[in-house]
Amino acid sequence: MTGYFLRRALGALAVVLVLSAVVYATFYIAPGDPARLACGPRCNPEQIRQVREQLSLNDPVYVQYWHFLQGIVSGHDYSTGTGVLHCQAPCFGLSYQNDQQVTDLIVQRLPATASLATGAMVVWLLLGTGTGLLSALRRGGLTERVLTWLTLAGTATPVFISGLGLLMLFCAYLEWLPFPTYVPLGDDPEQWAWNMLLPWLALGLLESAKYARLTRSSMLETLAEDHIRTFRAYGATERSLIARHALRGAVAPVVALTAADFGSMFGNAMLTEMMFGLPGIGQLLVNATRTIDLPVVVAVVMVTGTAVVIANIVADLLYAAADRRVVLR
Amino acid sequence: MTTELITTQEPEAGAAPASGARQVWRRLRARKSALAAAAVLGLLVLLALGAPLLAALEGQDANSYHDTLVDSARGGVPLGSFGGIGAEHWLGVEPGTGRDLFVRLLFGARVSLLVGVGATLVQVLLGLAVGLAAALGGRAVESALGHLTDVMVAMPLLVFAIALMAVVPADFPRPVLLVVAIGLLNWGGMARLVRAQALGLTKLDFVSAARLTGASRRRVARRELLPSLAAPVITYAAVLLPANIVIEASMSFLGVGVKPPTPSWGQMLSTATTWFRADPMYVLLPALMLFVTTLAFTVLGDGLRTALDPRQASRLGVGRKRRTTRTSGARTRTSGAGGTA
Repeated sequence: MTGYFLRRALGALAVVLVLSAVVYATFYIAPGDPARLACGPRCNPEQIRQVREQLSLNDPVYVQYWHFLQGIVSGHDYSTGTGVLHCQAPCFGLSYQNDQQVTDLIVQRLPATASLATGAMVVWLLLGTGTGLLSALRRGGLTERVLTWLTLAGTATPVFISGLGLLMLFCAYLEWLPFPTYVPLGDDPEQWAWNMLLPWLALGLLESAKYARLTRSSMLETLAEDHIRTFRAYGATERSLIARHALRGAVAPVVALTAADFGSMFGNAMLTEMMFGLPGIGQLLVNATRTIDLPVVVAVVMVTGTAVVIANIVADLLYAAADRRVVLR
Repeated sequence: MTTELITTQEPEAGAAPASGARQVWRRLRARKSALAAAAVLGLLVLLALGAPLLAALEGQDANSYHDTLVDSARGGVPLGSFGGIGAEHWLGVEPGTGRDLFVRLLFGARVSLLVGVGATLVQVLLGLAVGLAAALGGRAVESALGHLTDVMVAMPLLVFAIALMAVVPADFPRPVLLVVAIGLLNWGGMARLVRAQALGLTKLDFVSAARLTGASRRRVARRELLPSLAAPVITYAAVLLPANIVIEASMSFLGVGVKPPTPSWGQMLSTATTWFRADPMYVLLPALMLFVTTLAFTVLGDGLRTALDPRQASRLGVGRKRRTTRTSGARTRTSGAGGTA
């Protein structure tokens, strides 16, 4: 187990390193002069020269990359002309837009993204596994047909359509809910929940379609396995068969998907944030892309990439925990 | 399966055997949902291709502003009922600018289909190349490509695609950029599928026979493996295509897709967020177009899947009488009525 974990951790580190190199190369060597971007459109050549100096853009690329990695591990000092600005580890550099530390920007945006993701996850795990199980157990009936078409429609709907639909229904026509504005959890938990309700539903409904389909097929597969047949032959009631034996095997892939699907979930969360104006990491990335704020873009890509790599390891561990037949090697 | 194995030995490998294709078509035709989806998509393609003609027929174009058609006192809401639908503007006008919605939706279909199909092609080609190389190459190649594929599958596609938009020069044509970005970032699943299928095939006699007669790897890949790979690859491509269309719409929604004034459904939906109270038609029309398109591709894909490989049960639950497993088809579910409670 320890050996397995160590190997996976080393593998993950290697992936993150390769990822960082690729990302760094793509963004800092690609067309466009970082100094000009950092300096802004109204910079004269002299100012650009200063910025080049400050960002040490005159060094060879591998040296720059090495400094970039060093900054993440142990921080970095930037000269501001008059003094020294210390950027604490993990340092992803300074934003071109306002000289803020990129790490701070990301940390500020984390609560909104985390609020969205956790709430939506509750929605889709309950709703998704629920409908999936229902449609697996009511096999062949009208319920199954309706549910299959509903989930199919769900997988075909982008989050900005389901979000717009919910907005039109609940904010414009029924007027049950306010147009969502983000209220931090610490400020007012009740308002936080009311305002997050629509984003949770929009993202949760969409993702739950995927989970419903997976749960359904995985439940059907488990029910057809030999040990279930044996239990049934021994005279176990259908209820205990499902609750005590089948559910465990059926839920294993669902649990694993929750962790492994982190990447696509993040993409949808980003759309949801933009849709409802939530100040999360997705919004940060989109704004940074529009203003070509490279350090922010690079940092968000690296952070999400790393999160995905970690989530994949967690997925495998969870799978093994849920399904004892799986051996980690 | 037997017919497939025999037909792959025929000289005109690469093209699907005629009898097989006819069989697939017959099975596909038997499914009403798939036929309806194909009809919808056919119509959509015609509309997209004929967009300039239809625009001329309506007498409008995509980018002319019509100040007289919007109520500037109410912030630019279209005059008239249902977003200004009438004989002049068949589907009304865009709020704020008064641009013709019908023409913009048609030209939006062009962007969606072009990027969707283009990106899918890139993914199929890359997936085939990497998957076949991994299946036929040596151990080192297989391991390296396997790791690369794992990374590609796991990475948050939308994040990377958006980030790429930051570095490519502004004058690079955006639809092409979207095709390349989505295609380059999302081939992992296809590569996995191709590798797994090809590895299975290489264990079969006809591939060994070809190898024993001295065929090169390239020849084995092209003439022995490719024809048998067609069915799973087409099936998976049908899953990728609507997903790619949604990605394009998402990026345009986020303002990092095609550039205005080029119309795109996603971009319309992003401006629609401010208009959904005053002009619901402006939200409904592009949303409906996008939804119908992706749903039709998904349903058609499901139909193709069962038509190409009848052993697989449909996900739509049609043809449930044949009780088979969802997976590779190696294990047939014959547990009888007891299996369903």
